[in-house]
Amino acid sequence: MRPVIPYVIGALLFGAGVYGVLRRRNAVLVLMAVELMLNAVNLILVTADTTVRAALPHGGQVFALFVIVLAAAEVGVGLAIVLQLYRLRASVAVDTVRLDAAPASELDEPRVTTS
Amino acid sequence: MTGADVLLLALGAVAVGAGVLVVTTDQLVRAGLYLVVCLGAVAGLYLVLTAELVAWVQVLIYVGAVVVLLLFAVMLTRAPIGRSPDLNRPGLPAALIGGGAGLGLAALFADAFRWSAVDLPAPGTAESLGTELFRSWVLPFEVLSVLLLAALVGAIIVSRPDIGSRP
Repeated sequence: MRPVIPYVIGALLFGAGVYGVLRRRNAVLVLMAVELMLNAVNLILVTADTTVRAALPHGGQVFALFVIVLAAAEVGVGLAIVLQLYRLRASVAVDTVRLDAAPASELDEPRVTTS
Repeated sequence: MTGADVLLLALGAVAVGAGVLVVTTDQLVRAGLYLVVCLGAVAGLYLVLTAELVAWVQVLIYVGAVVVLLLFAVMLTRAPIGRSPDLNRPGLPAALIGGGAGLGLAALFADAFRWSAVDLPAPGTAESLGTELFRSWVLPFEVLSVLLLAALVGAIIVSRPDIGSRP
């Protein structure tokens, strides 16, 4: 087995994820691109576990399991935030979110459709 | 080139192709379905790499739960069926940074490993991985359970503005 093949696949998947996070406006698509990046890292961890003889056996696979659990937690909280944003703004475009607005006043605002 | 190499190349081509389609397609629901293909191909890669338990956990949690949650979010935000022209921002900086990261890391790995070959170990069973998990990694495992509880509580509080805005 040539270790370079899965390593390069993981690197390319990570690049696709970075591109998606920077390119997409829709927050759900940004979350999908983040999942791609997490999967690329998982693939590299599992490949390293298979090809490197470590002091602790199966460390890479254990880390991959931990990353999968973290991804599940991340997507749960992320989707709660996205749905709350949609409830406030009727839009999930990430580049129209004003980060400097006070949160309390935003809750009282009526729904606005951003351009 | 052994059989494992051919399998890795084929599954990797499927994974990278579906991954690129996820970040370039114009249709929201199709992006979610391409993500299923990509994650399934990565699960196949895990199987070839003898990480059996990780492959099935990937299928269960990613394909089964995470993608379904993402598709729920697509539907709850009333995404249009069909093409959406306003999904993307200007692409040149994203293509530069994403392509630079991907190709740069790929070049780094290719330079580090060249075309060297290793022997695949015996297929790793759930038993060996579980033994290792509960022998050497018990504390991170328990911390993760606390983190999952915190994420659960956080998701509930974020999605209920009447709780979150109370002073």
